[in-house]
Amino acid sequence: MKYGILIVSHSKDIAIGVKKLIEQAAPKLSITTAGGTDDGEIGSSLEKIQTAVEKNSGDEILAFYDLGSSKMNLEMMIEMTDKKIHKYDVALVEGAYAAATLAEIESPLETIEKTLEPLKIK
Amino acid sequence: MELSLADTKKWIELFVQKVESEKSQLNELDTAIGDGDHGTNMDRGMKAITDAFSKKEPEDIVSLHKTVAFALIQKVGGASGPLYGTAFLDMSKKAKDDADLTTLIQTGLAGLKRRGQSDVGMKTMIDVWEPVANALKADEFNQSVIDEALTSNKALVATKGRASYLEEKSKGHLDPGAQSSAYLFEALLTVLGA
Repeated sequence: MKYGILIVSHSKDIAIGVKKLIEQAAPKLSITTAGGTDDGEIGSSLEKIQTAVEKNSGDEILAFYDLGSSKMNLEMMIEMTDKKIHKYDVALVEGAYAAATLAEIESPLETIEKTLEPLKIK
Repeated sequence: MELSLADTKKWIELFVQKVESEKSQLNELDTAIGDGDHGTNMDRGMKAITDAFSKKEPEDIVSLHKTVAFALIQKVGGASGPLYGTAFLDMSKKAKDDADLTTLIQTGLAGLKRRGQSDVGMKTMIDVWEPVANALKADEFNQSVIDEALTSNKALVATKGRASYLEEKSKGHLDPGAQSSAYLFEALLTVLGA
């Protein structure tokens, strides 16, 4: 598939929960998650994000995050990797769901981003 | 002025000791206006630095800054991880062609602003880094620079980070990241013998 989805959250449960939710709308899509710290606590981990990026089989990645350090770690990852990652400052659940639905039917990036525009909250 | 490798290491080791001994103080500051874990998070990062130094003795200033950056990025867990991590990573890259102390601190400051998308006056660690960088440049770096930076940080209303949700209520509280940055620069002062 052209696009894969990456979910970065401070909480492992939120990351997995969002994945489960959007899988319903996008069963074919590669969806990988990085939730919580390395030892499963609340927080974010660059290492987990790196693994989730490596595991993602999309040619390009659409990335969604929740709070401050998830965003900063994601931005560090974007600076470090050669893989094309698009980061969206939108409501996590709604944004990831909308993007997954559209990516599943191979909508162009332009359409996906237009749909995400009103969901921008940060 | 360039710090020697030994002095740079001493600087970081003093910072590690200070954060470890003030862990609960940092948690308390963070409880007032954040999520209460800045001390615990930073302490985890400090232990990672100590571990990394004992596994492999940094052979130059570039690798020392890089070691500190990776320990903090990988182990801190909160927002201070990518923030301090970016500062030290950028300092490491800069040190390859210019290891002047003032230049390095200015480079770290620019990294913080980029990563946090923030600037001075938003009640963050930048409120300490910027005056210190300026004072180093003017050759006027001393304890009062840090003290005054903390005093003005305390009086600010937060407009960045979690404390910004509290709006006016954040006033009168010291930002925990500003305090840990003050420890960093107090350690530097000790090394400089000032």
